[in-house]
Amino acid sequence: MKRRVFDVTSLPGFTTTAILTFVLLYAPILTLVFYSFNGSNSVNMWGGFSLKWYKIAWENEAVQSAAVRSFVIAAWASAISTVVATMAALGTTRRGQFKGQSFIYIMINQPLMVPEIVTAVSLLIFFASIKIATGYSGLAYLILAHAAFCVPFAYLPIRARLEGMDLAMETAAADLYATPWQTFRFITFPLLLPGIIAGAMLAFVISLDDVIITEFVKSAGQDTLPTYMLGQLRRALTPEVNAISTALLAVTIVMLTAFFIITRKRD
Amino acid sequence: MDHEFAVEARHTIKTFGRGASAVNALDDVSIGIRKGEFFTLLGPSGCGKTTLLRCVAGFETPTSGTILLSGQDITSTPPNQRRVNTVFQSYALFPHLTVAGNVGFGLQMLGKSKLEVNETVARVLALVQLEDLADRLPAQLSGGQQQRVALARALAPAPEVLLLDEPLSALDLKLRKAMQIELKRLQTETGITFVFVTHDQEEALTMSDRIGVMSGGKLLQVGTPRDIYDRPVNRFVADFIGETNFLPAKVVPGGVCLKTGDVLSVPTGDRAGEVAVAVRPEQIGLTSAGGGTLDATVVEATYFGTDTHVHLQLSDGSLLVARVPSAQAIQPAKGDVLGLRLDTSAMQVLAP
Amino acid sequence: MSRAPRSRGANGWLLSAPALILLLIAANGPLLIIAVYSFLEPGDYSGVRWIFSGDAWFRILFHRDIFDGTVSLADANLSIFWRSIKLSLITTLITFAFGLPTAWFIATRPAKQRAIWLFLITIPFWTNLLIRTFAIMEVIRNQGLLNTALMNMGLITEPIQILYTDTAVLIGMTYVYLPLMVLPLFAAIDRFDFRLIEAGYDLYGSRLKVLRSVILPIIKPGIIAGCILVFTPSLGAYVTPRVLGGGKNMMIGNFIELQFGQGQNWPLGAALSLILLLSVLVALTIYAAVSRREKPS
Repeated sequence: MKRRVFDVTSLPGFTTTAILTFVLLYAPILTLVFYSFNGSNSVNMWGGFSLKWYKIAWENEAVQSAAVRSFVIAAWASAISTVVATMAALGTTRRGQFKGQSFIYIMINQPLMVPEIVTAVSLLIFFASIKIATGYSGLAYLILAHAAFCVPFAYLPIRARLEGMDLAMETAAADLYATPWQTFRFITFPLLLPGIIAGAMLAFVISLDDVIITEFVKSAGQDTLPTYMLGQLRRALTPEVNAISTALLAVTIVMLTAFFIITRKRD
Repeated sequence: MDHEFAVEARHTIKTFGRGASAVNALDDVSIGIRKGEFFTLLGPSGCGKTTLLRCVAGFETPTSGTILLSGQDITSTPPNQRRVNTVFQSYALFPHLTVAGNVGFGLQMLGKSKLEVNETVARVLALVQLEDLADRLPAQLSGGQQQRVALARALAPAPEVLLLDEPLSALDLKLRKAMQIELKRLQTETGITFVFVTHDQEEALTMSDRIGVMSGGKLLQVGTPRDIYDRPVNRFVADFIGETNFLPAKVVPGGVCLKTGDVLSVPTGDRAGEVAVAVRPEQIGLTSAGGGTLDATVVEATYFGTDTHVHLQLSDGSLLVARVPSAQAIQPAKGDVLGLRLDTSAMQVLAP
Repeated sequence: MSRAPRSRGANGWLLSAPALILLLIAANGPLLIIAVYSFLEPGDYSGVRWIFSGDAWFRILFHRDIFDGTVSLADANLSIFWRSIKLSLITTLITFAFGLPTAWFIATRPAKQRAIWLFLITIPFWTNLLIRTFAIMEVIRNQGLLNTALMNMGLITEPIQILYTDTAVLIGMTYVYLPLMVLPLFAAIDRFDFRLIEAGYDLYGSRLKVLRSVILPIIKPGIIAGCILVFTPSLGAYVTPRVLGGGKNMMIGNFIELQFGQGQNWPLGAALSLILLLSVLVALTIYAAVSRREKPS
């Protein structure tokens, strides 16, 4: 329906408030980014444009290992959750109602509903006992935890894409002698791929950004970028934190833009 | 071993839903479609024709009854193992494959060599006159072109039977007429048995070797277009195909007696009591009052070029429509009393 | 595809199984453990002793003096609960006040622009929570942007202490959860038939009356969704109150964390988590019930 952009749709003060909101929303972030290029050592006094904080962060061993760890966990978590979510989406979409379907749906979306602190605490307890019992304290706990809460984020775009696909195409494939596996491989999967990629990227971003669950589940020395930054906030603040934040922000924006492009494309 | 039928359905029942809300989409349908014929399933929406088609294709399993292909029971064979292909109403073209990719898909799934696939695809595309568009994607084609790709895709694997589910319904009139001729030509050239589903009776009459009329899940009549048109077996078929006038009457010795009191000598078969007499508009001729079987008053006359439709009222108030050539001796005008010349041998006596 | 209806459901379960197992192990299952742990005794350094005790639940509301054994209300705890609820409610109100005009603005842009505005609202939403909280901290701290600007304009002579107060936490939560209010409001307004406004002007005349009597009632499902989507995470907020509130202005999330850190009382932490979880589930159930009642227009 064509919107008539005049009188009827304007309400007093709404546009002003809206613009103000956008400004207020972006001002803090932009300030943060701006000061990451600060030449001086203080966090708020401008001392000329400089990339030195990026250099410092880049050469900081703690930052390096945290960054590597963040990306390794995100890659694994994204891969696992996407595969698992794809199967679940195939199992729960376009099949009509079957018994227990809403239960599955709730279970899959549960991480979205439970406060993160609760999940973090429960995983802390759970993994603590396993750590004592097995003595293993590697990355697996973090990867598992991340994969779990990434599932709904991977699931939703895949499901959305699947629902937009006409079931008649799989029917046509079967009509043309394709076995169920061939139908999946040649028809369903290629058409679903944009949704799968979108889901994987979303999961990746979500895993990169996680603070609370990671903070509780990690063992000593297993910092990710967000937990490293959290630790820094307790000590002396330097623009190094700004630099790391800006870098993370850049990665997020790139992934998000790609996500938007992929999901807007019509084929 | 009777393999005269390419497709046969025996006592097929398909029920949807359960308990009180159960609906019989197919109600004990038995039908035999001959090899090499162009057979049309005709009926209004919801009559079961598409359900029957889907049972033959394998997308639905009958609740009871059997489906046979060239004498073999395929009732529980999965659709990808039946030598039957379908042209879908929505075409269902694979958007990520080219025209050639779509058309060759079935052959690819059957494991044919790349050489054979390419040869067959080229041949079939030539058959539907789309050779130049082999590398296009479906989104770049017009509706008519997409329809022909769907057709080519279903023909390429040389199935025993081709099923067409209202494939022309999305096309405009001119394209439709052109495609009707195309389809008829293709069927004759390839010799494949076509099972065509439509709700358009004119389409059915022009294209088919035989027609099966369905309504409410039941198969009402099977016959050639002429059979169906001239000798409809009940009121529904008579009304659905072409236009018909129905005159309520009662069986009397020698024929039927209309409510006007006139007696028409028509063969009544084994009917008795209340009947409906079916008269086609073109079977009524006009003459001067008293000169025909009945008299009627002209209510309205509408000019249609070659024909004129004349709305007439009998003495008992019942209405008729006659279709007469516009260039004729009598020019009907409102209020005129005219005589009707009825071709009693062509009239059908049906259940009321 | 002619599959019998029975196997449709079985296939669905089979395909969903890996997801369900993963979530059971690393998301849902552990929640049950909290329930169990809340009834145990705290261990010496950390962890628990496997002895049944209702003490954790008792200590949520009550305090037993260690010297004379008198029982009184645990004021400290209650103030934490009250702060959490209070701040979450206020956050919801403020995000609504800013969110409604913003959602309205986006929904009334021409179609081509709308996607861009939505994208702009979405970016902060997906930005790291810590980064956003940190950004606010940069703005409101004593040598931060806000204070420096106010001093430069001559409005104040000394920096206002905003950081480490309830106000700071409030500002932080509003900032962080605002997109969550905007998106459902936008969805509701997007579906809104704007011709109703014309009819409304016919009947009511003034813009405010139209807003109150025509627009708000119809987009109510979106308002409710937005409120729940903001209130729920606010209640369980942890990072924002920790960074902006210092150690003193604790919300439930921080209080829970304390039990696993210095407080060394895992069962109490578990019990508090359960309470938080139940509050959230109650809020979600209310939402589900209300949205089912509101028939889609």
